[in-house]
Amino acid sequence: MSEIKTQKEKPVIAVQVDDLTVAYNYKPVLWDIDLEIPEGVLMAIVGPNGAGKSTLIKAILGILKPIAGSVSIYGKPYSKQRDLVAYVPQKGSVDWDFPTTALDVVMMGTYGSLGWIKRPGQKEKKASLEALEKVGMLSFKNRQISQLSGGQQQRIFLARALVQDASIYFMDEPFQGVDATTEIAIINILKALRKANKTVIVVHHDLQTVPEYFDWVTFLNVKKIATGPVKDIFNDDNLTKTYGINYKVSIQK
Amino acid sequence: MRTITLGTAILGAVTGMLGSFAVLRKQSLLGDAISHAALPGIAIAFLLTGAKDSNTLLLGALISGLIGTFWIRGIVSKTHLKSDTALGLILSLFFGFGMLLLTFIQKQPNANQAGLDKYLFGQAATLVESDVWLMAIVTGLCLTVLLLFWKEFKILLFDKDYAHTIGFNTKAIDILITSFIVLAIVLGLQTVGVVLMSAMLLAPAAAARQWTNSLGTMVFLAAVFGAFFGVFGTAISASQNNLSTGPVIVLVATVFVLFSFIFSPSRGLLFRQIRFIKNRRDLELHKTLAFMFHIAETHDDISHPHTVKILNNFQGYTRGTLQKLVDKNYVTLEGNMWSLTPEGFERASNLYNQQTNKNE
Repeated sequence: MSEIKTQKEKPVIAVQVDDLTVAYNYKPVLWDIDLEIPEGVLMAIVGPNGAGKSTLIKAILGILKPIAGSVSIYGKPYSKQRDLVAYVPQKGSVDWDFPTTALDVVMMGTYGSLGWIKRPGQKEKKASLEALEKVGMLSFKNRQISQLSGGQQQRIFLARALVQDASIYFMDEPFQGVDATTEIAIINILKALRKANKTVIVVHHDLQTVPEYFDWVTFLNVKKIATGPVKDIFNDDNLTKTYGINYKVSIQK
Repeated sequence: MRTITLGTAILGAVTGMLGSFAVLRKQSLLGDAISHAALPGIAIAFLLTGAKDSNTLLLGALISGLIGTFWIRGIVSKTHLKSDTALGLILSLFFGFGMLLLTFIQKQPNANQAGLDKYLFGQAATLVESDVWLMAIVTGLCLTVLLLFWKEFKILLFDKDYAHTIGFNTKAIDILITSFIVLAIVLGLQTVGVVLMSAMLLAPAAAARQWTNSLGTMVFLAAVFGAFFGVFGTAISASQNNLSTGPVIVLVATVFVLFSFIFSPSRGLLFRQIRFIKNRRDLELHKTLAFMFHIAETHDDISHPHTVKILNNFQGYTRGTLQKLVDKNYVTLEGNMWSLTPEGFERASNLYNQQTNKNE
């Protein structure tokens, strides 16, 4: 019942991006992006290599400083809404030979809410163990992180974001280099998050699984090509605009 | 003598502690660059004051070390140069400038000039009680900050971008760590000298990393190792005439690093080699067992005896491996004939089946 109601009302906007432009040197990586992401969607950001997908996420999260534009999370600037947002970086972005355990990495998800100086206690540990259980990694909690497989490392990162108990999740290629079992495990977690009315934004590479996994999609190639429900806009026209003429090679439906 | 030992011990502890952070951030060479960058500061401080008071000189070293460090950071963030290039550039630039100033000072008609070059290679014998007090105070300060901001340091070291998204000012933490590293290095210049200082920073950390997989233990061990190197090095150099303390400490440290690389149980070369050989043996054994299994499979009775001869053209087979299989009760031997036991058959048919033997 409530679902029908929200569909009729104007949906709540979880993330709003206005005129965002990012450049590393003189050439823009992102050009004048306007984006509205409604609350409760599971959204894929797709586009070719170098289209600025990771950059978009990093700029929204303030890791990169944009040249122009603004980002708001539920109508307020990101710096005031940090506790509503969780980030899952690409797993290749850290050194997995770091001397620490799986549980310890997940506990880092609680650091933000703890703030400066305060140490995590029993409550944080319990939350971290629960997150590990959700991703099916509880038995690996004391494992040195260098001894985890790629898929397991990805799950640890996911658990670290889950611990934050945020409303919006940004994930940078969570399916990269994981096997089919892990991919299914991860997508089930993402779907559970959406069911809890969380907003999940995922940089995604595999076009074939977009209609199956996601309900919302943004096409990106330096400029925003299109954004909206998968069933409305995931079509040949937009794929061609994003990927160029050879889109049929990359997607066979 | 007691002062010197205490001084080198404290110095070793603080550099070991901070060195762990430098090593984990893959900034091992930072220490080298900072210590070299400190040299012109010492020379300029002497030129300005004309006195050889060690605290003034160290203040000069601190300032020029910090300038060097922030130039390195600037180069890395503003240009396309990688950090090793930036480190190399700043290191040679500052060291060259420092040497130039030192030679200039030596030509001056000032009776005070002699002995500035002790900062090049260090001279622990010149340590006095007040120097040790200064070191102790800095170490205490460093320890306090480390304990207070442990969580922040850890997350910055592991995943800087993530630390930023959850609301930590990564720049501030970064500057805090780097400043302490600079401070520790400057403190050690008098004892160990510009050239060898980076070994004090890296050796304890490199050794400690071999013995543990926990950050806390690593930092603690590095501090203990550093202190131990200091004490041991000082003792050796004191027992002989004409042995300079700094180099001896560095040599002791290097020997211990080497020891750690070879003998550490989990990461050491020796045990890794032993494990490797053992695994190889196990594999060969399994290979032989699998070969036997394929022969036995063709018969209705799995324990049907076969002659040992047919194993001869199989590569993994030796008398030893056969005996081992017998010991494990997988195979029975009678004269020149062998046969698989039911246990051996069972084991062979399940070899390396990932799904059924999860707990192997």
